Amino acid sequence: MSLRTFGPNEFYFLLLSARWTLLLALVAFAGGGVLGLVIAAFRVGPSAWLRHAAAGYITFVQSTPILIQLFMVYYGTAFINLRPDPWTAAALTFVLNSGAFFGEIFRGAIEGVAKGQWEAARSLGFRYPGTLRLVILPQAALLSLPPTVGLMVQIVKTTSVASLIGLAELSRTATAINTVTFEPVLVFGSVAAIYFALCWPLSLLGGWLERRLAVSRGRPVTL
Amino acid sequence: MNYVFHFGAILERWPELLYGAWRTMELTVISCAAGFVIGLAGALARSFGPAWLRRLVGVYVEVIRNTPLLVQLYFFFFSLPLMGLRLSSDQAAILALSIHLGAYATEILRAGVEAVPAGQVEAAKSLGLSRWQIIRFVVIVPALRAVYPSLTSQFVLQLLGTSIVSAIAAEELTAIANNMAMQTFRNFEIYIVIAVIYFVLVQACSLVFRLLSRILFRWKA
Repeated sequence: MSLRTFGPNEFYFLLLSARWTLLLALVAFAGGGVLGLVIAAFRVGPSAWLRHAAAGYITFVQSTPILIQLFMVYYGTAFINLRPDPWTAAALTFVLNSGAFFGEIFRGAIEGVAKGQWEAARSLGFRYPGTLRLVILPQAALLSLPPTVGLMVQIVKTTSVASLIGLAELSRTATAINTVTFEPVLVFGSVAAIYFALCWPLSLLGGWLERRLAVSRGRPVTL
Repeated sequence: MNYVFHFGAILERWPELLYGAWRTMELTVISCAAGFVIGLAGALARSFGPAWLRRLVGVYVEVIRNTPLLVQLYFFFFSLPLMGLRLSSDQAAILALSIHLGAYATEILRAGVEAVPAGQVEAAKSLGLSRWQIIRFVVIVPALRAVYPSLTSQFVLQLLGTSIVSAIAAEELTAIANNMAMQTFRNFEIYIVIAVIYFVLVQACSLVFRLLSRILFRWKA
């Protein structure tokens, strides 16, 4: 017995809810990217104190489930006398979470740039921020491209967890529609197809970039 | 800033937390073992199997890796009963987690299998090793050694991923935390404590894997 059947309208409703998934993913991507840059700059920077703080932050984020982080932020907003709001909590959690992962990616890319570049910039009179911004980051950007695309896929998939604090994105809408239609194969099959349509092109792009960069780095240096 | 922390009500229920941690580890170990077997079979099928099987494994890997674990979990939990297979939350959780990890393990192990130099396989053939012996001693063991770091970090990710199965009320650390939150209303404190427990579990597992690699890979490469 079901209250509704799963038809084109229900599918359209699912499709519409995917924009909240996309919006959350974009917020996480943009905010996390900026935060990741700051964390990576601390992580390879001259101050030992900041290096340890950044490393500790990354370890904490990567050693606890995103779901628990989400609950901590959601219920933690009461700590600063705010009413818990799914959107605020989800956006904040996903920015803080992906910031740590971006930080690791950018650190890896920065360390992938030849050491001589730092020394050359220093001998030309650049200080740490200038060296990083004008010399290292433009070269590191290319190296960080494949893992960044991989992280984007990861972020889109992980936003589904936000449904568990009641954010009405794709997964949440799916469980709601499943409750009234009781067509789990169709409902979750469609939802999986929508996530797949969002993620697969990115996965292909990531794989392509990885192969290309691997080839170009493998080429012998010509003088 | 007039929030007053009360950890006492949570910490005095430590047997429940311990049980939750135990259940989380149980789910992790079972699903990692099953996922590893799926991954090994998948990697071998993808490298040495017939074309149709390679394609099938490829589809499995891509579908799982490009959809969220939560959706996979819902799919199995809600769909299988309609096909006459009644699963408890725990069984559905183990099934979904194993199939999930299986896809990642397939991809990781395939990279390891492909990294085995062709010359080694040819040398084994010329020494008269059987097909099975070649796969076992010349392909699988060196492949496992090569991908050990990425495989074990995937196992650690799986440990974090098990928290998702609380969505279908399978019994583990996060689900127990959710129950405790409903009973005590000390939500913030509870999730801080749970985060610490996960942190300790993850660090302990990483340490065990590092120590294990010293025992497993003592011989020279």
